Amino acid sequence: MKRDLQSSIRIAGVAVALLMAIVLPNFVSIAAQEVFVLIASFALLTLGLNVVVGFAGLLDLGYVAFFATGAYTWAILSGAGPTKFGFTQTAFWEEWGFWLILAFVLVINMGIGVLLGSPTLRLRGDYLAIVTLGFGEIVRIVASNLDNLSGGAQGISGVPHPTVPVVGFGFGLNPLPYLYLLIALLVLGTWAIRGLDRSRIGRAWVAIREDEVAAEAMGIPTLKMKLMAFAIGAVTAGFAGVVSAAKINFISPPSFDIFFSILILAAVVLGGMGSIPGSLVGAFIIAGIPALVQLRYSRFDEFRYWAFGGLLVTMMIFRPQGLIPSKRRAAELQPESEADAVVEESTPSARSGTEEKA
Amino acid sequence: MTTELPFRIAGGLSAGSIYALIALGYTLVYGVLQLINFAHSEVFMFGSLSGLLVLSAVVPEGGAESQIMGAAFLLVALVPAMLVGGAAAVALERVAYRPLRKRNAPRLAYLISAIGASLFMANSIRIWRGPNLESYPSTIKSRIALDLGDTFLGRFFPDLFGRVRIQNRDLIVFVAAMLMMLALDQFVRRSKVGRGIRAVAQDAETAGLMGVDISRVITITFLLGGILGGAAGLLFGWSFGVTQFSIGFLPGIKAFTAAVLGGIGNVRGALAGGLLLGLFENIAGGCFGVEWRDVASFLILVLVLMFKPSGLFGERVSK
Repeated sequence: MKRDLQSSIRIAGVAVALLMAIVLPNFVSIAAQEVFVLIASFALLTLGLNVVVGFAGLLDLGYVAFFATGAYTWAILSGAGPTKFGFTQTAFWEEWGFWLILAFVLVINMGIGVLLGSPTLRLRGDYLAIVTLGFGEIVRIVASNLDNLSGGAQGISGVPHPTVPVVGFGFGLNPLPYLYLLIALLVLGTWAIRGLDRSRIGRAWVAIREDEVAAEAMGIPTLKMKLMAFAIGAVTAGFAGVVSAAKINFISPPSFDIFFSILILAAVVLGGMGSIPGSLVGAFIIAGIPALVQLRYSRFDEFRYWAFGGLLVTMMIFRPQGLIPSKRRAAELQPESEADAVVEESTPSARSGTEEKA
Repeated sequence: MTTELPFRIAGGLSAGSIYALIALGYTLVYGVLQLINFAHSEVFMFGSLSGLLVLSAVVPEGGAESQIMGAAFLLVALVPAMLVGGAAAVALERVAYRPLRKRNAPRLAYLISAIGASLFMANSIRIWRGPNLESYPSTIKSRIALDLGDTFLGRFFPDLFGRVRIQNRDLIVFVAAMLMMLALDQFVRRSKVGRGIRAVAQDAETAGLMGVDISRVITITFLLGGILGGAAGLLFGWSFGVTQFSIGFLPGIKAFTAAVLGGIGNVRGALAGGLLLGLFENIAGGCFGVEWRDVASFLILVLVLMFKPSGLFGERVSK
């Protein structure tokens, strides 16, 4: 009975929040609407990275690569890039192209995720971090050197805005339609990821995160599960990439640097690894606060990375479970009971000793 | 290509010896903590910047009068670069890692803390010094130190070595780095503290029981790595003539690659890995164009980790 009440309160809360997210932006300035769009696309990224880092415990430092592949997929296939394709000139493509690419990114990013993941996900945690970082940089360098396909260092400008098919309504420069599209993607993503988290797959991720060797011994196909987390993260970032490219209508390699990956990571950590509401709140703080401060104090941009770098260290020292911790994750990251504290002053391998031999 | 090859080798050995110096920092820390100190690249950057600040203060307007004076200035700048590097590394350990170690935090927490520290350190410098490249004052002027055309090699293989001239810059960087690495290697092998480091690397718990002060060993390890990283920063800044807040990133990740290539935790492996990587990326850059040089390094990293994660010479500090 009590449980029913709790869950209905929660549903009501979510409904109110959603309604506010839809109605509220209509009454603010365009500049503030732009900030909301920024937050929403960033939230999509944190949602995806949370699956990789928070659920499966895989530190991906090149996550922005998937955002880039999404953005470049639309920019190149929309016909705005230096290489023109026959089909991009048709009226059909003008109307449906964006939506087809949005769906196609699901396939392409899943493919890229599996392609990058299957060799690298066998590595232990710290090696995975640096290899993904390397991949992130490779994607950026390749994008800035393939002049014929990606426009090289100049990037691609004039990426078309989407149009609603049949109705013929163009998104144009108005931020609101993008915001609603992103909110729809966020709702869809949250719903799907929440479902996964509570399924067999979610439990497998927890098991892998806690002790990979034990999970393997219990019959969990660890590589397959890790790949799945990686691919889901990749797809989510791809959606954000497509929408962002269409919104900003210009993309270039410097937007996809390593710092952006770390910023997304900061949002996941701040909100609470493994917590879906946490990653949304984290995105709001990391993307929203600087953008809102920026409206008033334009030099803040210089301090952004500095502040968030310090924040990451501070969080790890004082509140590793994040602002809105997931219950399971908090138990893992919190200092353990007195009995365990005896082994203090040991090296980090003492706790993850099993991982070492993997 | 064939006429270019010897140039590439000289440049590769010079760059590689800097990678090796930085790689020692990664390897030493990995040995005792099994932790990749992602923020080590910023220690390198701190060394490079402090070298620049000292040189700007001591070198007269218009550069050093003679090559000898230039060398003296460089030696003067080496000390603060090493001290700042060492101090930065120790401070990093105190602030970003030690609290986690006390709590026995999972590995992910260390990595995140390291990334955060790296971002924080780099951007502190960005706020202080601004985002632009700063030039080193002129000290030792670039000269040809060795003309292989006049030597035995040049006479017998004029096609290959006849026109090869090695710059004094490459030679100085290489020799300086080799000397420092030799000193470190002997220190780790022969001194009492070095024995402590090796003991902790082999088995921290047992070493603790045998009376080794683990915390002290860890601090000293960070200090040693930081000193070498700071020196590498100065050499790098001097040989390219510039530095800036983000200068640590690429050499850092390449040095890490070098450490993994040689077998992380293995001091001599880091040396070999650094030189090999320097050679490889310079030769690859010659074949495919300079813009693909960094991609070549990353590919080496990925391939080594996938197929031979223990590196060419095996993991861990030797007994």
